[in-house]
Amino acid sequence: MERIIFYIISVLMIVFAVMAVTNRNIMRSIIYLLFVLIGIAGIYFMIEFYFLGAVQLTVYAGGIIVLYVNSVMLVEKINTPLPSVVWWRKLLAGSLSIFGIVLTLFAIWSYNFVKIAESQTKDTSINEVGKALLNYGDRGFILPFEVISILLLAAMVGAIVIAKTNKPQENNELK
Amino acid sequence: MISGVSIYEILTVSTIIFFIGVYGFVTRKNLIAMLMSIELILNSAALNFVIINKYLFPEQLGGAIFSIFIIAVAAAETALALAIIINLYRLIMSLKTDDTETMKF
Repeated sequence: MERIIFYIISVLMIVFAVMAVTNRNIMRSIIYLLFVLIGIAGIYFMIEFYFLGAVQLTVYAGGIIVLYVNSVMLVEKINTPLPSVVWWRKLLAGSLSIFGIVLTLFAIWSYNFVKIAESQTKDTSINEVGKALLNYGDRGFILPFEVISILLLAAMVGAIVIAKTNKPQENNELK
Repeated sequence: MISGVSIYEILTVSTIIFFIGVYGFVTRKNLIAMLMSIELILNSAALNFVIINKYLFPEQLGGAIFSIFIIAVAAAETALALAIIINLYRLIMSLKTDDTETMKF
């Protein structure tokens, strides 16, 4: 049963990913990207990383997609289709991608993955993730956690600085 | 661990999504559409981290936590890149990569 669900999710994800990179209407392409992100969250839920699946849904599906939709509505008309791609560029990119897929799949399927540690499986609930994030001992992640918080603060300040650089009189001159 | 699904099949899916993202990055000429292809690439990389953690090192949590960090970095990157793109649009009134040839105004 789980296997069938996994196959359905995978096929849907691949189809929607192809549609997201080939559709000429950018708003539709964003919605197809949203479906791919939800499919990846579904795989996270299936392998029992519930916290990660929830983060994927809230940050990606709830935050980033809304950001994309807002910025597309700010910068251009929604009905304007994207320019079509010339055939040689399509051919070049397609053959490059297929070559990459074949090469990587050959490497993956010819490698023998063995489970190195045969000990007990770790509980992956939110409690364990939180303890690991704030643990400063062995296998703790307190340093990257703090670095990420600094990075998010810097990104917030940076976004405000970038958005404020345009003075109104400059804008009028350009118009 | 999904019962009946081996690590090879999940890695196959993530590989295919990664190269679809590469295809979009090469063919698209709109800045926002290129950024969307980068999201696909980042997502498949994060999926790889989680899958390898779950199937090969189930007694640790490193891959899952690094995946959370990847999501945080991707959110910061997207917010900054979209701010830059909107600011650029105010300056040159276009989103095509061919029109953004000057680096400093």
